Order: sequence, then C-alpha cells, then structure tokens
Amino acid sequence: MTSDNDRRRGLLARLRGRPVARSRGRRRLGAAVRLAAALMLAGGAYTLFAPGVQAQENPPLSAAANEGKALFDVSCVTCHGRNAQGVAERGPSLIGVGSASVEFQVSSGRMPMARQEAQAPRKKPQFTDEQVRQLGQYIQELGGGPQVPQGNLREGADLATGGELFRINCSQCHAFSAGGGALSSGKYAPSLYPATDRQIYAAMLSGPQNMPVFGDNQISPQEKADIIAYIQENLKDTQDQGGFNLGRYGPSTEGLAAFLVGIVALVFTSLWIAGKS
Amino acid sequence: MKRRKFDVAAVPARSAGALDDRFQAATPLRKLLNKVFPDHWSFLLGEIALFSFIVLILTGVFLTFFFEPAMTEVIYNGSYAPLRGTPMSAAYASSLNLSFDVRGGLIMRQMHHWAALLFMASIVVHMLRVFFTGAFRKPRETNWIIGSLLFWVGFLAGFTGYSLPDDGLSGTGLRIASGIMLSIPVIGSWVTSSIFGGEFPGTIIISRFFIAHVLLIPGLLVALISVHLGLVFKQKHTQWPGPGRTNENVVGERMFPRYALKQGGFFMVVFGVIALMGGLFQINPIWYFGPYEAWVVSAASQPDWYVMFLDGSTRLMPAWEINIPIGDGYVIPPLFWPTVVLPGILVGLSLLYPFLEARRLKDYRHHNLLQRPRDVPARTAAGAMAVAFFIVLTLSGGNDVIADKFHISLNAMTWAGRIGLLILPPLAYYFTYRICLGLQQHDREVLAHGVETGIIKRLPDGRFVEVHQPLSEADHDGHGALDYVGWVVPKKMNRLGALGPAIRGFFYPIEKPAEAPVSPGHPPVETRPEREEITSGESRR
Repeated sequence: MTSDNDRRRGLLARLRGRPVARSRGRRRLGAAVRLAAALMLAGGAYTLFAPGVQAQENPPLSAAANEGKALFDVSCVTCHGRNAQGVAERGPSLIGVGSASVEFQVSSGRMPMARQEAQAPRKKPQFTDEQVRQLGQYIQELGGGPQVPQGNLREGADLATGGELFRINCSQCHAFSAGGGALSSGKYAPSLYPATDRQIYAAMLSGPQNMPVFGDNQISPQEKADIIAYIQENLKDTQDQGGFNLGRYGPSTEGLAAFLVGIVALVFTSLWIAGKS
Repeated sequence: MKRRKFDVAAVPARSAGALDDRFQAATPLRKLLNKVFPDHWSFLLGEIALFSFIVLILTGVFLTFFFEPAMTEVIYNGSYAPLRGTPMSAAYASSLNLSFDVRGGLIMRQMHHWAALLFMASIVVHMLRVFFTGAFRKPRETNWIIGSLLFWVGFLAGFTGYSLPDDGLSGTGLRIASGIMLSIPVIGSWVTSSIFGGEFPGTIIISRFFIAHVLLIPGLLVALISVHLGLVFKQKHTQWPGPGRTNENVVGERMFPRYALKQGGFFMVVFGVIALMGGLFQINPIWYFGPYEAWVVSAASQPDWYVMFLDGSTRLMPAWEINIPIGDGYVIPPLFWPTVVLPGILVGLSLLYPFLEARRLKDYRHHNLLQRPRDVPARTAAGAMAVAFFIVLTLSGGNDVIADKFHISLNAMTWAGRIGLLILPPLAYYFTYRICLGLQQHDREVLAHGVETGIIKRLPDGRFVEVHQPLSEADHDGHGALDYVGWVVPKKMNRLGALGPAIRGFFYPIEKPAEAPVSPGHPPVETRPEREEITSGESRR
C-alpha cells in the first residue's frame, strides 16, 4: 500500500516538474481564475445534464399519489421497501406493476397480507375505494404499468364468446363453475364469485400470485368484457337450472349426496317397512 | 225389464276362476304366492338396487326419444343463451335440448343420473350386507359372483352413460379411458383404435357407446338380475338364526299379500326419493362444461363416485415407468398398474372370495343361517380392510376438491393418500378384529351373569356390588346356563320379557306382539320364576 502511494506521489511530482518561483499576487490571481473556470464548467455541466436526470428520478407526485405514498409508507413499506423497490424474501418490487395490480390486491383485501404463506387469501379490504385509488396512483406514477380502464367493463359483451374463452383460459384452474380449484403446495385458484368486474379485469391484466398474465395481446379488451360478462351474469347471477347445485363441485359432492341423502333415506325406509311385520 | 244382480264382491273370484279355466295358472301361482320370505330390514337393500334399475329403464327410455347419438358438428341454436352460436356435436346439442327445450326433460335426465348413482350405491351396500353376514357361503356362491359382476357391469353402464352427452366432463373421462386402454402392454394401441375407430376422439365413439349403453349393457344387466333373483327363489333367502329358525326352514311372510304389498310400497318410496333428488338437486350441469374440446379440461373433473376409486389410485401412483429395452425400446406406463392391474385384482378377489374362505376354513357345508359380523372376526375385519382401502382411494379421487375446500395442500393430500392406503387398511383390520372379540365377550358375559340393572347395592360390610338380572336360572357356580345362539343378546332391562316388551314408535312393530315372541330379540320366557322386584336394598314402606 505505502509503496503504491509513494510511487504515485513520485509520479505526480515528476509531472508537475520542478516548482517555479512566482510572485504572491500572480499565484493568487491564477488560483482565482482556475476556481472560476472550474465553477463555470461544473455549473455548465449541471445545466446541461441535470434537468433530464431529475425528471426521471424525482417527478413531482400528484396530490392523489402523495396521499397514496403516505399510505404506502405506513402499510406497505415493511415488505415492499422504500420507494416500492421490494425487500428480499419478503415482498416483490412494485415498479412497473401498475395500478391494476394494486387495485386487485388491495381492493380484494389480499394486501396487506396477514402473514407470509403459500398465497394471500381474500379477506375484508383494509382500505376504502378512495385509498385504493390513491395507492394505485402512487404506484402508477412511480413505475407505470397496466391500468384498468374506466367505465362499464361489460360493454357490448357476448356471453357465448365469453363462455368459450372462459372454458379455454380459466376453467383449468378456477373450474367450470368459477368456484375455484386446488393448485400445488397449498396454492389455489380462488372462487370468482366474490370478485367484482374491475377485480377480474385487473387480475387478467396483472396476473396476480400464480395466475398468468392475460395481456391485451392475448385477450383483447372486448374479449375480457365477454369473459367478465360470462362469469358475472351466467355463473354468478343465474339461478341453477337443475335445483340446488351442491356447491357446484362436480361429481364429488354428487356422490356424497347419493349416499347421505338417497341411501340414508332408503335405509331408514327399509327399517320402517321391515318393522311393519 | 228385470235387472240382473251384479255382485261386486264376487268379481275377483269369478274372473280368477275364469282365467284359471283357460290358463291353469292356479297351481303354479299358489306355489309362488305362498313362497315365504324372511323379514329383516337388511334384506331390503338389494331391492333398492332393483327398483332404481326399474327407474333407470323408465327414465332412460324417455331420454332416448330425444337424444341424438351422433358426433356430427352442428351450431347450437336452442334456448340456452350462453352457448348459442357455439359449434358442437349433435349429441351435446340434443342433450342441451333435452335439458332446456324438452318438457320435463331436465328432471328426467337428473332422475336418470341420480338413479344411476343410487343403483351403484345400493349394490355396494347390499354387497356389504351379504359379505358381512356370510350370506355368500355355499350354496349361494354363484349368486355372489353374479352380484359382483352386476357391480362391474353397472360400472360400465354408468361410464358409457355419462360419456354420452359429449360435454367437457364426459370427453375428459373418455380421454382418460383411452389413455388407460393405451397403457395396456402389447394390445393397448390396437384396443384403443378399434374402440374409438382410429385416433381419439374420432367420430364414432358416441354412437358405439350409445348402443352399448341402451342395448348391450342393459340387456346384460337384465339377464344377470333375472338369474340373481331366480337363484334367490330357487335357493331361498337366508335368514337370521332365532327361535324356530333352522338351517332347513324359512320363517317369514308369504309372498302374497304382505310381502308383495310391502315391496310395492317400497318401490314407490324408492321412486319418490329418486324423483325428489332429481327435482331438488342439480346433477351433472352439462351446460357449464361446454362442448368437449381436447384443450378444455376443467378443474375438479371427477368421474362419478363408483369410478372415483380408479381416479384416486391413478393420483396416488408414483410415476414409475418401466422401460424394456426390446427393439426400439418398450415402455409400460405407470398408469397401467392403478387402472388395469388393480381393478383386475379387485374383480378376481371379489369373485373368488367365497371359495377362498371355504378353503381356508375347510367348510363345505350348506349354510342357510346368517352369521352376525362379530361372530366371524376374521371375515369382518377383512371386509373393514377392503372398505378402508376403497374409501382412501375414493377420497383421493376427489383430493383436489378436498384440498381446495378445506384449505389443505394438494401435495399433502396426495401423500396422506399414499401413506393412508398402506397404513389404514391394516389398522382397520386390527381394530375391527378387536371390536368383534370385545362384542363377543360381552354377549357371553351377559348370558352368563345376566343383564346389568344399573342398581348398585351396598352390602353390610361396606362393599358395593352391581345387581344383575340373570337371564336363566343359575347353576351352582352362579352362572347362567344359556348358550349363545348367534343372535342378539338383550343387554338392557327393558329388552327383557320380564318388564314387558318395549314397544316404541316408528321403526318397531305397532301391533301388540302375539303370544309367541315377535323377534329373536325377545327370547322366550319359559317357566318364569316368581317375579320379585329388584330393589336398591332400601325398604320403601
């Protein structure tokens, strides 16, 4: 180390050459000129480059986003970190996830999470709609990303197309009835019955948890409207044509009902009839 | 004009006489109508299957009037809006029309499906009754074999039936069936392509399954059921041991009128229960599954309950692939073991069981009296083992639904099924065996010492003893002399003749019992000793 420093000092000394004796006034003048030139250079460089840099890193947040940031700093910062860049082993970065993701996760109560587990379950939302909008605005202004459009999300929807798209894209995990299904290791595709139009739209856009993203290139906004209409109007709001639906779990509960209702009733009947001797 | 007197009361006798003049039916009918059937509630379980089968035929015939078994592509244009304009097979479109556009079609479809589930369920329950009471023993082994075959033919009937609508669920089931056939070594691909008429799904399978489902399999079922019932007639029904009942007689009710009337009533109840279920509970909502497309597989795609054990065995089977280096290499896929070999073993074991047991016990005599399950612990325990095995597999068949709805990891469910399949059957065997021995011992104890009265007596020296009511006069050891006869031993005071028969409502005879004991549950009370009130030792003067 020391030998390195010595060598460097020696080199500088050689470059500077032998010191020349100058008057005190000239030395002071020279120093002032050099200082002025350095300041000019620094100031010039600053005026040239700084504004662009500042626009990328620190734009003024809108009022809503500032409110959102205040909420974020209280409720989300533990896992998602300062400026939402994420914390290892705790929460992912939120840069670029967009307000769609925030709207889905927070308005369905999944975020803030109660604990780290296989998957965040739906629960009572912790924030009002207004607060959700503010949080979404903050994340949106922070890093951009997909947004749920305003207005009626089922505009001009076609149920038949929606049904076909639902069966092809959604039913593998959420099941034919949208009642949900199991995935590996404690993860699951939740039931879609409690979901609102905007939440379904946001989920398709942002692909939360284990769900793949269905961007506008894969499923166009019109097709999204069809799917939402099929889920909401056909699966959720329509009464089952065949009577009590047994939870729409498919043949598992049908078999259970055959034993618990049918066989039990008939065995009791046979007890009754045989007793009448 | 003189009116002829018309005697209404004489009509039945006169018309019967007229018929007998022409057909000489009285002699054979008298024999038939006087046939005696023993009466016990557990003998009626098989009837549930028979009556469900009748409902199946009635509703099934209705369905065939409207179902079109073809895979030609049509565009649906019926009343179910969410599928309008969707291309689908004619079979699926006609099933939808049957559900939404044919008057009463949906309840017929649902009754048919519920009746099918009940048919299979009552076959299993009936089979368990026959197994646990030893009713399959010589001379009835043939009927046991026919009964087992009825389960497997019913299994095929169900599978071909729920494959017909050609919706997403049935197509998924067919795909799995084709996979199972393909997994059979050597002949697999030939079997599959000959059944499906080429590569899956082809264009012929629905028509083939239709004719199997409405003609071949029901024909086979009718034939087997007829032989089954004919053998019950010929070999006579088994009965429980009891007073007056021996291995050589049958004690019960005549076929006509009481037995026939009761059976007629029972048929009405079975029909009613099926109709209620068909009207109240939705089953197989094919309109949610959509037309079958190979790329559409819904979560929670399960078969009906009687096939679910095979689904379960497939889910539990580890992915052990056997590679045989012959020629270009030959693979036995893991699917082969749980779906071809396992059911093969199950069929073989169930068919052979009567012979295996007779051989093991060296018992080749005729048996017309049933055995209480507790009196044959080894058989009862083996049956419990089989039931545990079947239940673990069936639950594993629905393990994704259980995992999702009860918030359990699916991986944990699979491993619980694998471990449970190996551990639970032996445990079931052990515990059932011990319970049987315990019950036997308790019976003997009551016969020897009498019924517990619940009265505790304090002796002058301070000891407490429980007062027992002996069932018979005690010998010099203070033990009763009654032998166990293979039937219920009274364990409570109000089950004893001494306190008068306990006649309770609903499930018990309403009529006052005759002089003779009504059922073996109330043993004959002979030379009743002077009745003496059992007191707690305290005088109540």
